[in-house]
Amino acid sequence: MSQLDEATPPDRVGAGGTSRDLRLTSLTKEYSSFTAVKSLDLVVPQGQFFALLGPSGCGKTTTLRMVAGLDIPTSGTISLGDTEITYEKPYKRPVNTVFQNYALFPHLDIADNVAFGLKRRGVKDVKRQVADMLELVELSSQAHKKPTQMSGGQQQRVALARALINKPEVLLLDEPLGALDLKLRRGMQLELKRIQTEVGLTFVHVTHDQEEAMTMADTVAVMNQGVIEQMGTPIDLYENPRTTFVANFLGQSNLIAGEIEGRDGDHVKVRVQGAVASVPGERAHSESGRGWLGIRPEKVLIAEAGQPIDAPGDVITGGYVTDVSFVGVSTQYQVRMPWGQELQVFEQNTGARAMLPVGTKVDVSWRPEFAFLLDASQDAKAGIEEE
Amino acid sequence: MATVDAPQDLPTGAGTRRPRRRLTGYWLILPGALWLLVFFVVPFYSLVASSLFDPDGSVLTGYEMTWHIGNYWDAFTQYKGQLGRSLLYAGIATIVCLVVGYVLAYAIAFKAGRWKNLMLVLVIAPFFTSFLLRTLSWKLILADDGWVVGVAQAIHLTDVLNLIGLTTTDDRLLATPFAVIAGLTYNFLPFMVLPLYASLEKVDVRLIEAAGDLYASPMRGFFKVTFPLSLPGVVAGTLLTFIPAAGDYVNAQLLGSTNTKMIGNSIQSLFTTQLDYATAGALSVILMVIIVAAVMIYVRTAGTEELV
Amino acid sequence: MSTARRWIGDHLVLGLGLLVLAYTFVPIAIVVLMSFNDSSESRNVYKFQQFTWDNWLHPGSWADGMAGSVWLSIRIALLATIVATILGTLAAFALARHRFAGRSAANLIIFLPMASPEIVMGSSLLALFVSTSIIPLGFWTILIAHIMFCLSFVIVTVKARLSGLNDNLEQAAMDLYATESQTFWRVTFPLVLPGIIGAALLSFSLSFDDFIITNLNSGQDVTFPMFVYGANQRGVPMEVNVIGTAMFVISIAIVLGNEMVRRRQEKALAS
Repeated sequence: MSQLDEATPPDRVGAGGTSRDLRLTSLTKEYSSFTAVKSLDLVVPQGQFFALLGPSGCGKTTTLRMVAGLDIPTSGTISLGDTEITYEKPYKRPVNTVFQNYALFPHLDIADNVAFGLKRRGVKDVKRQVADMLELVELSSQAHKKPTQMSGGQQQRVALARALINKPEVLLLDEPLGALDLKLRRGMQLELKRIQTEVGLTFVHVTHDQEEAMTMADTVAVMNQGVIEQMGTPIDLYENPRTTFVANFLGQSNLIAGEIEGRDGDHVKVRVQGAVASVPGERAHSESGRGWLGIRPEKVLIAEAGQPIDAPGDVITGGYVTDVSFVGVSTQYQVRMPWGQELQVFEQNTGARAMLPVGTKVDVSWRPEFAFLLDASQDAKAGIEEE
Repeated sequence: MATVDAPQDLPTGAGTRRPRRRLTGYWLILPGALWLLVFFVVPFYSLVASSLFDPDGSVLTGYEMTWHIGNYWDAFTQYKGQLGRSLLYAGIATIVCLVVGYVLAYAIAFKAGRWKNLMLVLVIAPFFTSFLLRTLSWKLILADDGWVVGVAQAIHLTDVLNLIGLTTTDDRLLATPFAVIAGLTYNFLPFMVLPLYASLEKVDVRLIEAAGDLYASPMRGFFKVTFPLSLPGVVAGTLLTFIPAAGDYVNAQLLGSTNTKMIGNSIQSLFTTQLDYATAGALSVILMVIIVAAVMIYVRTAGTEELV
Repeated sequence: MSTARRWIGDHLVLGLGLLVLAYTFVPIAIVVLMSFNDSSESRNVYKFQQFTWDNWLHPGSWADGMAGSVWLSIRIALLATIVATILGTLAAFALARHRFAGRSAANLIIFLPMASPEIVMGSSLLALFVSTSIIPLGFWTILIAHIMFCLSFVIVTVKARLSGLNDNLEQAAMDLYATESQTFWRVTFPLVLPGIIGAALLSFSLSFDDFIITNLNSGQDVTFPMFVYGANQRGVPMEVNVIGTAMFVISIAIVLGNEMVRRRQEKALAS
């Protein structure tokens, strides 16, 4: 099921001689009134930055907690390499967590917070390691302050240091950047990625922010209502979604209803509102019946009716502009098509042409290699965040 | 860092067994619950039992359990004056405590700023002196030749009090219902202030501001927004004040006269001086029943369920 | 609206609040004052007559039985505090952190003693002790009664402190290789400790100061509040006010001292 194409680097092996991948098999968590996680199967290769992405309530935090040992699964197994840790106590697992609200010990100063895990394991030479770690997160001068005296961003770094210093096999991050403001968040995203690359640990990052997941992760798994909808590299997920949920949750998509006519060589032909569009075979996730033809707004080219379009693909005429939003980097159009549906079109403001005013009659076009085809039985509204 | 070492303490196979349900909770609460059960709940049975004793028994001849329900009727008819008086005094004291206590609680919750903690400590501080000594002090404050009485006479407060029956003559405040109620109010004020404060503290100031934004005057804002939101505190505070006050007898003894005897005084003397356990027990049970009934009606109408 | 009116309006409530607070302290001031009173002229009148240091400086001249009653009250309060704090803390942990059936029944039994009239609680205990005749009325029955009503206050106080603690902290500790026992002693206990100490102090004052329940269950023994009450008929000796003032000053000193230590710690860390 995994769409990874990178092999695990050969020098990253654990004590057992085999690679210590995190493996979840048929992992389930049921509560009396609902099921949070439904028979999850997942492999996180060692050394990866892995993101578990989904809206609130999708089960991602529950999954994380089960890996940490803070919740007990109803059924299924969790293993690190060959070792099963499904029911192991948290303090027996080589796994550490960065909590959403940091959970720093208020009665200990920063240095003691960071040293906590080392001291419990009876490690010698604590002082030096703590000093090194504090330097890594740039908090050396604050070592003797208490958590309540620090800003949110600083607390976040302490929480990270406290977990990292133990060199766990897997570092779990539960929406650690949620409480930070935008600029700080961007900075920390880069920091986390840099640290992970430098240190080489497996990071599992849980978030509902799709931009965050795509920026930082090597592999992203999109979760919805207890199951993984799709897993792969950010580019894969974004450019070739397999479900309407993924198509709508990551960025935005135009989904047009159509009749699948069938395969034609390595393409699949779809009859859409009178015209016939073609979709490359590997991007067609349904082969017959009704389907959703999907195209990302930034892939749609727009021009005044009759005007030539640069490098056109499939063309649809007869639309007109109903809304124009200038967003600085781009202009976002809403175009009403002859069959009533409004398509989103994002055009980069290269300056080549002025903005098209509301009411302009337009032609739209996209190259077939950017289109994707989804099963019509799926809800076209799935994954759209309600504002 | 090329290699990652797993901590050495991973035992084999331990990660595959489900943990068992734990009974820790039961063990922890057992001693405390047992103590309360034996020394709070069970004694009520003894009390009810003693109220059914033969009224002619005594410590010397022993008490005979005769299921003498007549005890209740006898006790009630004989002491209904004290019962009524206790409820009345406690009720008035509670209302005064509510008004006065609300002002203080409101001031601490909303107007105290960084002095909040200090003021809270000051509310509790009087507790650190003996309750009896504090009440004795009132004897001094309300003394016949003290300046409080003088001022009260001067502003004709004594005449007003006479009129509503809280004092009997116009030249003293001690040994009057007024003194007893004043003592009760004073002693139980912290019981009113603290729950009120706890409740007011939780009120979001922005709600009050929103009321102002929507054209409510400060008074309306208070009655329509703040007060209703503080209702759980009001209920808790009035209960924690009224119930103990109804059973108190120290204030009546030190500050009152034979005409202001409360039910507590009677129960106390029946137990210790007259050794009439039957009547004393019956009165205690009657008091308890009245209080429970009143509380249930009160809580039902006030409409809040959570008290703890 | 003129600035003066504005200022009054803004500060009216605070002013009234402070007035109420002052009102609560007047009797305390009198207790302190009366501790310096020389009442040898007319014992029966509770009134300030002459200033003297004697009450404070000559404990030997204290009325018979007063010192004994104070000592008894202190012993009972200490024992009751220790027992109630231990049992109450255990129970608070059970309620705040563990699951068990009968929780609402437990909550009810715990809350009721705080809200019941003391006369009824005292009466029922007396009825129990007399009818079972196992323990004679005296030191032990007083102690049992005190532990009983202190328990509720301890449980409520500690439970409040415990509930306020983020339980993420305990999870974080276990995540960082602390066993359950280590988590308790290194994380939970230090954070609950202020609550436990507060509950212990509260328990001590409640026990030392209790009168109604004690009076009914004391047999021949006399505690300090009982001594004062009894003396009321014969003429209260002024030295009782010495005890009252001393109690007050010690308690305030503890509370203020605690506050100052806390402030000093915070200042040290901020630099």
